[in-house]
Amino acid sequence: MTPPAIAVVCAGISQPSSTRLLADRLAAATVADLPARTQIVTIELRELAHDIVNNLLAGFPSPALQRAIDQVVSADGLVTVTPLYNGSYNGLFKSFFDVLDPDALAGKPVLIAATGGTARHSLALEHAIRPLFSYLRAVTVPTAVFAATQDWGSAGSSGDALTARIERAGAGLAALIGRRRPAAAADPYALTTPFDQLLRSRGA
Amino acid sequence: MQFGIFTVGDVTTDPVTGGTPSEHERIKSMVAIARKAEEVGLDVFATGEHHNPPFVPSSPTTMLGYLAAQTDKLILSTSTTLITTNDPVKIAEDFAMLQHLADGRVDLMLGRGNTGPVYPWFGQDISKGIELAIENYHLLHRLWREDVVDWAGEFRTPLQGFTSTPRPLDGVPPFVWHGSIRSPQIAEQAAFYGDGFFANHIFWPTEHFVRLVGFYRQRFAHYGHGAPEQAIVGLGGQVFMRENSQDAVAEFRPYFDNAPVYGHGPSLAEFTQQTPLTVGSPQQVIDKTLTFRENFGDYQRQLFLMDHAGLPLKTVLEQLDLLGEVVPVLRRELDALRPANVPDGPTHEALVAAALAESDTEANSEGDSELETSSR
Repeated sequence: MTPPAIAVVCAGISQPSSTRLLADRLAAATVADLPARTQIVTIELRELAHDIVNNLLAGFPSPALQRAIDQVVSADGLVTVTPLYNGSYNGLFKSFFDVLDPDALAGKPVLIAATGGTARHSLALEHAIRPLFSYLRAVTVPTAVFAATQDWGSAGSSGDALTARIERAGAGLAALIGRRRPAAAADPYALTTPFDQLLRSRGA
Repeated sequence: MQFGIFTVGDVTTDPVTGGTPSEHERIKSMVAIARKAEEVGLDVFATGEHHNPPFVPSSPTTMLGYLAAQTDKLILSTSTTLITTNDPVKIAEDFAMLQHLADGRVDLMLGRGNTGPVYPWFGQDISKGIELAIENYHLLHRLWREDVVDWAGEFRTPLQGFTSTPRPLDGVPPFVWHGSIRSPQIAEQAAFYGDGFFANHIFWPTEHFVRLVGFYRQRFAHYGHGAPEQAIVGLGGQVFMRENSQDAVAEFRPYFDNAPVYGHGPSLAEFTQQTPLTVGSPQQVIDKTLTFRENFGDYQRQLFLMDHAGLPLKTVLEQLDLLGEVVPVLRRELDALRPANVPDGPTHEALVAAALAESDTEANSEGDSELETSSR
Protein backbone atom coordinates (compact mmCIF):
# COMPACT_ATOMS: atom_id res chain seq x y z
CA MET A 1 0.00 0.00 0.00
CA THR A 2 1.40 3.41 -0.93
CA PRO A 3 2.12 5.63 2.07
CA PRO A 4 -0.11 8.66 2.50
CA ALA A 5 0.93 12.10 1.30
CA ILE A 6 0.36 15.33 3.19
CA ALA A 7 0.39 18.74 1.55
CA VAL A 8 1.24 21.72 3.72
CA VAL A 9 -0.12 25.04 2.45
CA CYS A 10 1.63 27.97 4.08
CA ALA A 11 0.56 31.58 3.44
CA GLY A 12 3.28 33.21 5.56
CA ILE A 13 4.69 36.36 4.02
CA SER A 14 7.89 37.17 5.90
CA GLN A 15 10.93 34.95 5.53
CA PRO A 16 11.50 33.14 7.78
CA SER A 17 7.93 33.22 9.08
CA SER A 18 6.37 31.96 12.28
CA THR A 19 3.56 30.70 10.03
CA ARG A 20 6.02 28.32 8.37
CA LEU A 21 7.37 27.36 11.79
CA LEU A 22 3.87 26.37 12.91
CA ALA A 23 3.23 24.57 9.61
CA ASP A 24 6.35 22.45 10.02
CA ARG A 25 5.49 21.50 13.60
CA LEU A 26 1.94 20.53 12.60
CA ALA A 27 3.25 18.39 9.73
CA ALA A 28 5.70 16.67 12.08
CA ALA A 29 2.97 16.03 14.64
CA THR A 30 0.75 14.53 11.94
CA VAL A 31 3.31 12.15 10.47
CA ALA A 32 4.27 10.99 13.97
CA ASP A 33 0.98 9.07 13.92
CA LEU A 34 1.22 7.85 10.30
CA PRO A 35 3.29 5.19 8.46
CA ALA A 36 7.01 5.85 8.38
CA ARG A 37 7.26 6.72 4.69
CA THR A 38 4.51 9.34 4.71
CA GLN A 39 5.39 12.10 2.25
CA ILE A 40 5.20 15.76 3.12
CA VAL A 41 5.20 18.46 0.45
CA THR A 42 5.20 22.06 1.59
CA ILE A 43 3.81 24.78 -0.63
CA GLU A 44 4.90 28.30 0.21
CA LEU A 45 2.23 30.46 -1.41
CA ARG A 46 4.56 33.45 -1.34
CA GLU A 47 6.58 31.84 -4.13
CA LEU A 48 3.39 31.46 -6.20
CA ALA A 49 1.86 34.85 -5.39
CA HIS A 50 2.15 36.32 -8.90
CA ASP A 51 1.02 33.07 -10.51
CA ILE A 52 -2.06 32.98 -8.28
CA VAL A 53 -3.08 36.52 -9.26
CA ASN A 54 -2.38 35.73 -12.92
CA ASN A 55 -4.62 32.69 -12.65
CA LEU A 56 -7.41 34.84 -11.19
CA LEU A 57 -7.07 37.25 -14.13
CA ALA A 58 -6.27 34.96 -17.05
CA GLY A 59 -8.22 31.89 -15.96
CA PHE A 60 -5.47 29.29 -16.08
CA PRO A 61 -2.53 28.33 -13.85
CA SER A 62 1.15 28.60 -14.72
CA PRO A 63 3.02 25.27 -14.80
CA ALA A 64 4.43 25.90 -11.30
CA LEU A 65 1.00 26.71 -9.85
CA GLN A 66 -0.50 23.70 -11.61
CA ARG A 67 2.08 21.47 -9.90
CA ALA A 68 1.15 22.93 -6.51
CA ILE A 69 -2.58 22.50 -7.22
CA ASP A 70 -2.01 18.89 -8.27
CA GLN A 71 -0.07 18.23 -5.05
CA VAL A 72 -2.86 19.71 -2.93
CA VAL A 73 -5.69 17.97 -4.78
CA SER A 74 -4.01 14.56 -4.74
CA ALA A 75 -2.83 14.74 -1.09
CA ASP A 76 -4.48 12.51 1.49
CA GLY A 77 -4.65 15.38 3.93
CA LEU A 78 -3.84 19.08 4.15
CA VAL A 79 -2.21 21.24 6.76
CA THR A 80 -3.14 24.88 6.06
CA VAL A 81 -1.65 27.79 7.92
CA THR A 82 -2.25 31.49 7.38
CA PRO A 83 -1.25 34.62 9.22
CA LEU A 84 -4.30 36.59 10.35
CA TYR A 85 -4.80 39.95 8.66
CA ASN A 86 -7.61 42.26 9.78
CA GLY A 87 -9.31 39.47 11.66
CA SER A 88 -9.23 36.83 8.91
CA TYR A 89 -7.00 34.80 6.55
CA ASN A 90 -4.71 36.89 4.38
CA GLY A 91 -5.60 37.56 0.76
CA LEU A 92 -2.93 35.22 -0.58
CA PHE A 93 -4.37 32.28 1.35
CA LYS A 94 -7.92 32.94 0.14
CA SER A 95 -6.81 33.56 -3.46
CA PHE A 96 -5.06 30.18 -3.61
CA PHE A 97 -8.23 28.37 -2.59
CA ASP A 98 -10.21 30.59 -4.97
CA VAL A 99 -8.36 29.21 -8.00
CA LEU A 100 -9.07 25.56 -7.11
CA ASP A 101 -12.09 23.85 -8.65
CA PRO A 102 -15.01 24.17 -6.25
CA ASP A 103 -15.13 20.38 -5.78
CA ALA A 104 -11.37 19.86 -5.52
CA LEU A 105 -11.26 19.51 -1.73
CA ALA A 106 -14.58 17.73 -1.17
CA GLY A 107 -14.13 15.14 1.58
CA LYS A 108 -10.47 15.96 2.13
CA PRO A 109 -9.16 16.02 5.73
CA VAL A 110 -7.83 19.50 6.52
CA LEU A 111 -6.06 20.78 9.60
CA ILE A 112 -6.53 24.53 9.98
CA ALA A 113 -4.08 26.75 11.79
CA ALA A 114 -3.16 30.42 12.01
CA THR A 115 -0.65 32.80 13.48
CA GLY A 116 -1.21 36.27 14.87
CA GLY A 117 0.18 38.95 17.12
CA THR A 118 -1.94 38.26 20.16
CA ALA A 119 -4.35 35.59 21.35
CA ARG A 120 -7.27 38.02 20.85
CA HIS A 121 -7.41 36.90 17.19
CA SER A 122 -7.62 33.19 17.83
CA LEU A 123 -11.34 32.74 17.11
CA ALA A 124 -10.79 33.90 13.52
CA LEU A 125 -10.05 30.22 12.89
CA GLU A 126 -13.65 29.43 13.83
CA HIS A 127 -15.48 32.35 12.25
CA ALA A 128 -13.45 32.75 9.03
CA ILE A 129 -11.22 29.82 8.20
CA ARG A 130 -13.36 26.84 9.16
CA PRO A 131 -16.36 28.22 7.18
CA LEU A 132 -14.14 28.50 4.08
CA PHE A 133 -13.34 24.80 4.25
CA SER A 134 -16.93 23.94 5.13
CA TYR A 135 -17.97 25.71 1.94
CA LEU A 136 -15.43 23.62 0.02
CA ARG A 137 -16.88 20.49 1.70
CA ALA A 138 -13.55 19.57 3.22
CA VAL A 139 -13.48 17.68 6.54
CA THR A 140 -11.74 19.87 9.10
CA VAL A 141 -10.01 18.50 12.17
CA PRO A 142 -11.98 19.60 15.26
CA THR A 143 -8.85 21.00 16.91
CA ALA A 144 -7.66 24.19 15.20
CA VAL A 145 -4.31 25.64 16.20
CA PHE A 146 -3.59 29.29 16.82
CA ALA A 147 -0.12 30.52 17.72
CA ALA A 148 0.37 34.06 19.00
CA THR A 149 3.79 35.66 19.19
CA GLN A 150 3.82 35.07 22.93
CA ASP A 151 3.40 31.29 22.48
CA TRP A 152 6.82 30.95 20.86
CA GLY A 153 8.39 32.02 24.16
CA SER A 154 6.83 29.17 26.14
CA ALA A 155 8.81 26.12 27.14
CA GLY A 156 9.13 23.50 24.38
CA SER A 157 8.14 20.48 26.46
CA SER A 158 4.91 18.66 25.67
CA GLY A 159 3.57 20.13 28.84
CA ASP A 160 2.99 23.59 27.38
CA ALA A 161 -0.30 24.57 25.84
CA LEU A 162 0.75 25.20 22.22
CA THR A 163 2.71 21.97 21.92
CA ALA A 164 -0.15 19.99 23.40
CA ARG A 165 -2.53 21.56 20.96
CA ILE A 166 -0.22 20.89 17.99
CA GLU A 167 0.05 17.23 19.01
CA ARG A 168 -3.72 16.88 19.46
CA ALA A 169 -4.41 18.53 16.09
CA GLY A 170 -1.75 16.42 14.30
CA ALA A 171 -3.17 13.24 15.83
CA GLY A 172 -6.63 14.35 14.73
CA LEU A 173 -5.53 14.81 11.11
CA ALA A 174 -3.65 11.51 11.14
CA ALA A 175 -6.77 9.75 12.42
CA LEU A 176 -8.93 11.24 9.63
CA ILE A 177 -6.34 10.24 7.01
CA GLY A 178 -6.15 6.74 8.46
CA ARG A 179 -9.91 6.29 8.14
CA ARG A 180 -10.06 7.55 4.61
CA ARG A 181 -9.44 5.73 1.36
CA PRO A 182 -6.36 6.98 -0.51
CA ALA A 183 -7.02 10.23 -2.36
CA ALA A 184 -7.62 10.08 -6.08
CA ALA A 185 -7.90 13.35 -7.94
CA ALA A 186 -11.05 13.52 -10.10
CA ASP A 187 -10.43 13.29 -13.86
CA PRO A 188 -11.90 16.48 -15.33
CA TYR A 189 -12.10 14.80 -18.75
CA ALA A 190 -14.23 11.88 -17.60
CA LEU A 191 -17.89 11.87 -18.59
CA THR A 192 -20.03 11.32 -15.54
CA THR A 193 -23.19 10.50 -17.50
CA PRO A 194 -23.22 8.58 -20.82
CA PHE A 195 -24.37 10.79 -23.69
CA ASP A 196 -27.32 8.66 -24.79
CA GLN A 197 -28.61 8.91 -21.24
CA LEU A 198 -28.23 12.71 -21.28
CA LEU A 199 -30.07 12.73 -24.61
CA ARG A 200 -32.86 10.37 -23.54
CA SER A 201 -33.87 12.67 -20.73
CA ARG A 202 -34.00 15.66 -23.10
CA GLY A 203 -37.13 15.69 -25.22
CA ALA A 204 -37.93 13.81 -28.41
CA MET B 1 -7.04 22.75 -44.62
CA GLN B 2 -9.03 25.91 -44.03
CA PHE B 3 -7.63 29.14 -42.60
CA GLY B 4 -9.56 32.09 -41.37
CA ILE B 5 -10.15 34.65 -38.70
CA PHE B 6 -12.61 34.92 -35.86
CA THR B 7 -13.68 38.08 -34.15
CA VAL B 8 -15.12 38.84 -30.75
CA GLY B 9 -16.49 42.18 -31.95
CA ASP B 10 -15.32 44.11 -28.90
CA VAL B 11 -15.40 47.91 -28.78
CA THR B 12 -12.19 48.59 -26.89
CA THR B 13 -10.31 51.85 -26.32
CA ASP B 14 -7.03 51.90 -28.20
CA PRO B 15 -4.51 52.08 -25.34
CA VAL B 16 -1.98 53.90 -27.55
CA THR B 17 -4.18 56.66 -29.00
CA GLY B 18 -6.84 56.70 -26.28
CA GLY B 19 -9.52 56.69 -28.99
CA THR B 20 -12.59 54.49 -28.83
CA PRO B 21 -14.46 53.53 -32.01
CA SER B 22 -18.22 54.00 -32.11
CA GLU B 23 -20.39 50.91 -32.47
CA HIS B 24 -21.03 51.95 -36.05
CA GLU B 25 -17.30 52.23 -36.77
CA ARG B 26 -16.63 48.86 -35.17
CA ILE B 27 -19.36 47.13 -37.15
CA LYS B 28 -18.10 48.66 -40.40
CA SER B 29 -14.55 47.64 -39.42
CA MET B 30 -15.69 44.04 -39.03
CA VAL B 31 -17.08 44.17 -42.56
CA ALA B 32 -13.82 45.65 -43.89
CA ILE B 33 -11.85 42.95 -42.04
CA ALA B 34 -14.00 40.17 -43.50
CA ARG B 35 -13.60 41.55 -47.02
CA LYS B 36 -9.87 41.82 -46.49
CA ALA B 37 -9.81 38.19 -45.32
CA GLU B 38 -11.22 37.14 -48.67
CA GLU B 39 -8.86 39.45 -50.57
CA VAL B 40 -5.74 37.95 -48.97
CA GLY B 41 -6.89 34.39 -49.66
CA LEU B 42 -8.30 33.25 -46.33
CA ASP B 43 -11.14 30.73 -46.34
CA VAL B 44 -13.27 31.62 -43.31
CA PHE B 45 -14.63 34.62 -41.43
CA ALA B 46 -16.38 33.88 -38.14
CA THR B 47 -18.12 36.32 -35.80
CA GLY B 48 -18.95 35.91 -32.14
CA GLU B 49 -22.37 36.50 -30.61
CA HIS B 50 -22.76 38.77 -27.61
CA HIS B 51 -25.66 40.51 -25.93
CA ASN B 52 -23.90 43.07 -23.78
CA PRO B 53 -21.54 46.03 -24.19
CA PRO B 54 -18.74 46.46 -25.15
CA PHE B 55 -19.55 43.91 -27.86
CA VAL B 56 -21.46 44.70 -31.06
CA PRO B 57 -22.30 41.36 -32.74
CA SER B 58 -25.73 40.55 -31.30
CA SER B 59 -27.13 39.61 -34.69
CA PRO B 60 -24.62 37.39 -36.53
CA THR B 61 -26.79 36.25 -39.44
CA THR B 62 -27.62 39.87 -40.29
CA MET B 63 -23.92 40.65 -40.55
CA LEU B 64 -23.09 37.42 -42.35
CA GLY B 65 -25.97 37.93 -44.81
CA TYR B 66 -24.54 41.34 -45.67
CA LEU B 67 -21.09 39.80 -46.04
CA ALA B 68 -22.51 37.09 -48.30
CA ALA B 69 -23.35 39.84 -50.78
CA GLN B 70 -19.92 41.46 -50.39
CA THR B 71 -17.81 38.33 -50.87
CA ASP B 72 -17.55 35.48 -53.35
CA LYS B 73 -15.57 32.66 -51.81
CA LEU B 74 -15.32 33.25 -48.08
CA ILE B 75 -17.04 30.72 -45.78
CA LEU B 76 -19.18 32.71 -43.32
CA SER B 77 -19.31 31.26 -39.85
CA THR B 78 -19.76 32.01 -36.16
CA SER B 79 -17.62 31.76 -33.05
CA THR B 80 -19.93 31.02 -31.37
CA THR B 81 -23.72 30.84 -31.83
CA LEU B 82 -25.40 30.49 -28.44
CA ILE B 83 -27.22 27.16 -28.45
CA THR B 84 -28.34 27.70 -24.87
CA THR B 85 -30.20 31.00 -25.05
CA ASN B 86 -31.28 31.18 -28.72
CA ASP B 87 -34.40 29.37 -29.78
CA PRO B 88 -33.21 26.39 -31.85
CA VAL B 89 -36.13 26.97 -34.23
CA LYS B 90 -34.86 30.48 -34.98
CA ILE B 91 -31.30 29.19 -35.45
CA ALA B 92 -32.62 26.61 -37.93
CA GLU B 93 -34.51 29.28 -39.87
CA ASP B 94 -31.85 32.00 -39.79
CA PHE B 95 -28.96 29.83 -40.87
CA ALA B 96 -30.93 28.02 -43.57
CA MET B 97 -31.92 31.41 -45.00
CA LEU B 98 -28.30 32.56 -44.82
CA GLN B 99 -27.16 29.34 -46.47
CA HIS B 100 -29.42 30.02 -49.49
CA LEU B 101 -28.35 33.65 -49.80
CA ALA B 102 -24.65 32.70 -49.56
CA ASP B 103 -25.00 29.75 -51.97
CA GLY B 104 -23.85 27.36 -49.29
CA ARG B 105 -20.85 29.34 -47.98
CA VAL B 106 -22.08 28.98 -44.40
CA ASP B 107 -21.36 26.94 -41.34
CA LEU B 108 -21.66 27.66 -37.64
CA MET B 109 -20.05 26.97 -34.33
CA LEU B 110 -22.25 26.32 -31.33
CA GLY B 111 -21.29 27.26 -27.81
CA ARG B 112 -22.95 27.74 -24.47
CA GLY B 113 -21.77 31.27 -23.73
CA ASN B 114 -20.10 32.26 -20.50
CA THR B 115 -21.74 35.61 -19.75
CA GLY B 116 -23.94 34.76 -16.78
CA PRO B 117 -26.69 37.40 -17.11
CA VAL B 118 -27.42 36.45 -20.75
CA TYR B 119 -29.18 33.33 -19.49
CA PRO B 120 -31.78 35.12 -17.35
CA TRP B 121 -32.09 37.92 -19.93
CA PHE B 122 -33.23 35.26 -22.40
CA GLY B 123 -35.32 33.39 -19.86
CA GLN B 124 -32.92 30.53 -19.15
CA ASP B 125 -31.00 29.13 -16.18
CA ILE B 126 -27.20 28.99 -16.44
CA SER B 127 -27.07 25.95 -14.18
CA LYS B 128 -28.88 24.08 -16.99
CA GLY B 129 -26.25 25.09 -19.58
CA ILE B 130 -25.27 21.57 -20.62
CA GLU B 131 -28.88 20.33 -20.68
CA LEU B 132 -29.91 23.34 -22.82
CA ALA B 133 -27.05 22.69 -25.25
CA ILE B 134 -27.98 19.03 -25.61
CA GLU B 135 -31.75 19.43 -25.93
CA ASN B 136 -31.65 22.51 -28.17
CA TYR B 137 -29.11 21.01 -30.54
CA HIS B 138 -31.02 17.77 -30.78
CA LEU B 139 -34.05 19.76 -31.94
CA LEU B 140 -31.97 21.89 -34.33
CA HIS B 141 -30.45 18.73 -35.82
CA ARG B 142 -33.92 17.28 -36.46
CA LEU B 143 -35.39 20.53 -37.87
CA TRP B 144 -32.77 20.52 -40.62
CA ARG B 145 -33.15 16.84 -41.44
CA GLU B 146 -36.87 16.08 -41.05
CA ASP B 147 -39.43 17.99 -43.13
CA VAL B 148 -42.12 17.74 -40.47
CA VAL B 149 -41.19 17.70 -36.80
CA ASP B 150 -43.22 16.84 -33.71
CA TRP B 151 -41.33 17.83 -30.59
CA ALA B 152 -41.74 18.07 -26.85
CA GLY B 153 -38.85 18.97 -24.58
CA GLU B 154 -38.15 20.76 -21.34
CA PHE B 155 -37.02 24.15 -22.56
CA ARG B 156 -39.27 25.41 -25.35
CA THR B 157 -42.91 25.19 -26.22
CA PRO B 158 -43.82 21.93 -28.01
CA LEU B 159 -44.07 21.66 -31.80
CA GLN B 160 -46.71 19.73 -33.72
CA GLY B 161 -46.38 19.33 -37.48
CA PHE B 162 -43.73 22.03 -37.72
CA THR B 163 -41.68 22.57 -40.87
CA SER B 164 -38.65 24.84 -40.58
CA THR B 165 -38.31 26.95 -43.73
CA PRO B 166 -36.46 27.44 -45.93
CA ARG B 167 -35.30 23.84 -46.10
CA PRO B 168 -31.48 23.58 -46.12
CA LEU B 169 -29.85 24.31 -49.49
CA ASP B 170 -29.58 21.14 -51.60
CA GLY B 171 -31.09 19.23 -48.67
CA VAL B 172 -27.76 19.51 -46.82
CA PRO B 173 -27.70 21.37 -43.48
CA PRO B 174 -24.84 23.74 -42.66
CA PHE B 175 -21.85 22.02 -41.09
CA VAL B 176 -21.82 22.38 -37.31
CA TRP B 177 -18.85 22.82 -35.01
CA HIS B 178 -19.19 22.54 -31.26
CA GLY B 179 -16.91 24.81 -29.28
CA SER B 180 -15.94 24.22 -25.69
CA ILE B 181 -13.24 25.37 -23.33
CA ARG B 182 -13.58 22.68 -20.69
CA SER B 183 -16.61 20.43 -20.96
CA PRO B 184 -16.12 16.82 -22.04
CA GLN B 185 -19.91 16.62 -22.51
CA ILE B 186 -19.65 19.02 -25.46
CA ALA B 187 -16.75 17.05 -27.00
CA GLU B 188 -18.96 13.98 -26.56
CA GLN B 189 -21.89 15.77 -28.22
CA ALA B 190 -19.75 16.69 -31.24
CA ALA B 191 -18.53 13.08 -31.45
CA PHE B 192 -22.05 11.64 -31.12
CA TYR B 193 -23.35 13.52 -34.17
CA GLY B 194 -20.13 13.27 -36.16
CA ASP B 195 -19.88 17.08 -36.10
CA GLY B 196 -16.73 19.16 -35.81
CA PHE B 197 -15.08 20.08 -32.51
CA PHE B 198 -13.49 23.49 -32.17
CA ALA B 199 -10.97 23.94 -29.37
CA ASN B 200 -10.52 27.65 -28.83
CA HIS B 201 -7.27 27.15 -27.00
CA ILE B 202 -6.01 30.74 -27.27
CA PHE B 203 -6.36 31.62 -23.60
CA TRP B 204 -5.42 28.29 -22.06
CA PRO B 205 -2.42 25.98 -21.93
CA THR B 206 -2.10 23.41 -24.69
CA GLU B 207 -2.04 20.27 -22.49
CA HIS B 208 -5.64 20.85 -21.39
CA PHE B 209 -6.92 20.95 -24.98
CA VAL B 210 -4.78 18.03 -26.07
CA ARG B 211 -6.76 15.94 -23.58
CA LEU B 212 -10.11 17.37 -24.72
CA VAL B 213 -9.40 16.92 -28.45
CA GLY B 214 -8.02 13.42 -27.81
CA PHE B 215 -11.24 12.54 -26.01
CA TYR B 216 -13.34 13.90 -28.90
CA ARG B 217 -11.36 11.91 -31.48
CA GLN B 218 -11.73 8.71 -29.51
CA ARG B 219 -15.49 9.20 -29.04
CA PHE B 220 -15.93 10.15 -32.74
CA ALA B 221 -14.54 6.71 -33.59
CA HIS B 222 -16.65 5.08 -30.86
CA TYR B 223 -19.83 6.40 -32.51
CA GLY B 224 -18.78 4.96 -35.87
CA HIS B 225 -18.05 8.14 -37.83
CA GLY B 226 -14.54 7.05 -38.81
CA ALA B 227 -11.11 6.60 -37.32
CA PRO B 228 -9.99 9.00 -34.56
CA GLU B 229 -7.68 10.81 -37.00
CA GLN B 230 -10.66 11.43 -39.31
CA ALA B 231 -12.56 13.51 -36.75
CA ILE B 232 -13.05 17.18 -37.72
CA VAL B 233 -10.99 19.46 -35.51
CA GLY B 234 -10.68 23.25 -35.51
CA LEU B 235 -8.25 25.30 -33.46
CA GLY B 236 -7.90 28.90 -32.42
CA GLY B 237 -4.79 31.01 -32.65
CA GLN B 238 -3.71 34.55 -31.93
CA VAL B 239 -0.87 36.32 -33.71
CA PHE B 240 0.70 39.72 -34.18
CA MET B 241 3.40 40.04 -36.83
CA ARG B 242 5.98 42.44 -38.13
CA GLU B 243 8.94 41.60 -40.34
CA ASN B 244 11.19 42.12 -37.30
CA SER B 245 10.03 40.27 -34.21
CA GLN B 246 11.25 43.08 -31.92
CA ASP B 247 9.01 45.53 -33.79
CA ALA B 248 6.05 43.18 -33.35
CA VAL B 249 6.65 42.90 -29.60
CA ALA B 250 7.12 46.65 -29.12
CA GLU B 251 3.99 47.51 -31.10
CA PHE B 252 1.73 44.81 -29.61
CA ARG B 253 2.82 45.14 -25.97
CA PRO B 254 0.45 48.00 -24.96
CA TYR B 255 -2.47 46.13 -26.55
CA PHE B 256 -1.47 42.93 -24.75
CA ASP B 257 -0.93 44.65 -21.41
CA ASN B 258 -4.36 46.28 -21.48
CA ALA B 259 -6.31 43.59 -23.32
CA PRO B 260 -9.70 42.52 -22.00
CA VAL B 261 -9.64 38.89 -20.76
CA TYR B 262 -5.92 38.55 -20.01
CA GLY B 263 -4.55 42.10 -19.61
CA HIS B 264 -2.72 43.01 -16.39
CA GLY B 265 -2.17 39.29 -15.75
CA PRO B 266 0.65 37.10 -17.05
CA SER B 267 3.48 38.88 -18.85
CA LEU B 268 3.67 38.80 -22.64
CA ALA B 269 6.63 36.42 -22.32
CA GLU B 270 4.70 34.04 -20.04
CA PHE B 271 1.57 34.19 -22.17
CA THR B 272 3.38 33.45 -25.44
CA GLN B 273 5.13 30.54 -23.75
CA GLN B 274 1.98 29.08 -22.19
CA THR B 275 -0.66 29.74 -24.88
CA PRO B 276 -0.78 29.73 -28.72
CA LEU B 277 -0.21 33.51 -28.86
CA THR B 278 2.67 34.39 -31.19
CA VAL B 279 4.05 37.91 -31.35
CA GLY B 280 6.94 38.03 -33.77
CA SER B 281 8.01 37.55 -37.35
CA PRO B 282 5.94 35.73 -39.98
CA GLN B 283 8.40 32.83 -39.74
CA GLN B 284 7.79 32.56 -35.99
CA VAL B 285 4.05 32.41 -36.65
CA ILE B 286 4.62 29.62 -39.17
CA ASP B 287 6.82 27.67 -36.75
CA LYS B 288 4.42 28.01 -33.83
CA THR B 289 1.33 27.14 -35.89
CA LEU B 290 3.01 23.99 -37.18
CA THR B 291 3.40 22.83 -33.56
CA PHE B 292 -0.42 22.76 -33.30
CA ARG B 293 -0.50 19.79 -35.68
CA GLU B 294 2.19 18.03 -33.64
CA ASN B 295 0.05 18.46 -30.52
CA PHE B 296 -3.45 17.83 -31.91
CA GLY B 297 -2.89 15.74 -35.05
CA ASP B 298 -3.95 16.67 -38.57
CA TYR B 299 -6.79 19.13 -38.35
CA GLN B 300 -9.20 20.88 -40.67
CA ARG B 301 -9.59 24.51 -39.66
CA GLN B 302 -7.33 27.14 -38.16
CA LEU B 303 -8.88 30.43 -37.07
CA PHE B 304 -6.85 33.39 -35.84
CA LEU B 305 -7.95 36.19 -33.55
CA MET B 306 -6.58 39.37 -35.17
CA ASP B 307 -8.74 42.36 -34.29
CA HIS B 308 -9.33 42.66 -30.56
CA ALA B 309 -7.97 44.77 -27.68
CA GLY B 310 -8.41 48.10 -29.45
CA LEU B 311 -6.05 47.46 -32.38
CA PRO B 312 -6.82 50.10 -35.04
CA LEU B 313 -8.41 48.95 -38.29
CA LYS B 314 -5.38 50.03 -40.31
CA THR B 315 -3.12 47.79 -38.21
CA VAL B 316 -5.53 44.86 -38.44
CA LEU B 317 -5.64 45.16 -42.24
CA GLU B 318 -1.82 45.20 -42.33
CA GLN B 319 -1.83 42.11 -40.13
CA LEU B 320 -4.18 40.40 -42.58
CA ASP B 321 -1.80 41.22 -45.44
CA LEU B 322 0.95 39.47 -43.48
CA LEU B 323 -1.36 36.57 -42.66
CA GLY B 324 -2.05 36.29 -46.37
CA GLU B 325 1.67 35.64 -46.86
CA VAL B 326 1.92 33.17 -43.99
CA VAL B 327 -1.14 31.06 -44.81
CA PRO B 328 0.03 29.70 -48.21
CA VAL B 329 3.15 28.35 -46.50
CA LEU B 330 1.12 26.75 -43.72
CA ARG B 331 -1.40 25.41 -46.23
CA ARG B 332 1.35 23.80 -48.29
CA GLU B 333 3.09 22.29 -45.28
CA LEU B 334 -0.05 21.01 -43.55
CA ASP B 335 -1.74 19.72 -46.71
CA ALA B 336 1.43 17.81 -47.61
CA LEU B 337 1.59 16.21 -44.17
CA ARG B 338 -2.08 15.23 -44.05
CA PRO B 339 -2.66 11.54 -44.93
CA ALA B 340 -5.10 10.80 -47.77
CA ASN B 341 -7.71 9.28 -45.44
CA VAL B 342 -8.01 12.43 -43.31
CA PRO B 343 -10.77 14.71 -44.64
CA ASP B 344 -10.19 18.30 -45.75
CA GLY B 345 -12.05 21.19 -44.12
CA PRO B 346 -15.82 20.92 -44.54
CA THR B 347 -17.51 22.77 -47.43
CA HIS B 348 -21.06 22.76 -48.71
CA GLU B 349 -19.90 21.22 -52.02
CA ALA B 350 -18.16 18.37 -50.20
CA LEU B 351 -21.21 17.73 -48.00
CA VAL B 352 -23.49 17.69 -51.08
CA ALA B 353 -21.13 15.26 -52.83
CA ALA B 354 -21.04 13.04 -49.74
CA ALA B 355 -24.86 13.08 -49.51
CA LEU B 356 -25.14 12.16 -53.20
CA ALA B 357 -22.63 9.35 -52.82
CA GLU B 358 -24.59 8.03 -49.86
CA SER B 359 -27.92 8.11 -51.72
CA ASP B 360 -26.26 6.44 -54.74
CA THR B 361 -25.04 3.66 -52.47
CA GLU B 362 -28.55 3.27 -51.08
CA ALA B 363 -30.05 3.35 -54.57
CA ASN B 364 -27.54 0.75 -55.75
CA SER B 365 -28.25 -1.54 -52.85
CA GLU B 366 -31.99 -1.17 -53.55
CA GLY B 367 -31.25 -1.86 -57.20
CA ASP B 368 -29.31 -4.99 -56.22
CA SER B 369 -32.20 -6.33 -54.23
CA GLU B 370 -34.58 -5.69 -57.16
CA LEU B 371 -32.16 -7.52 -59.39
CA GLU B 372 -32.11 -10.42 -56.99
CA THR B 373 -35.91 -10.43 -56.89
CA SER B 374 -36.23 -10.37 -60.65
CA SER B 375 -33.63 -13.07 -61.11
CA ARG B 376 -35.54 -15.39 -58.81
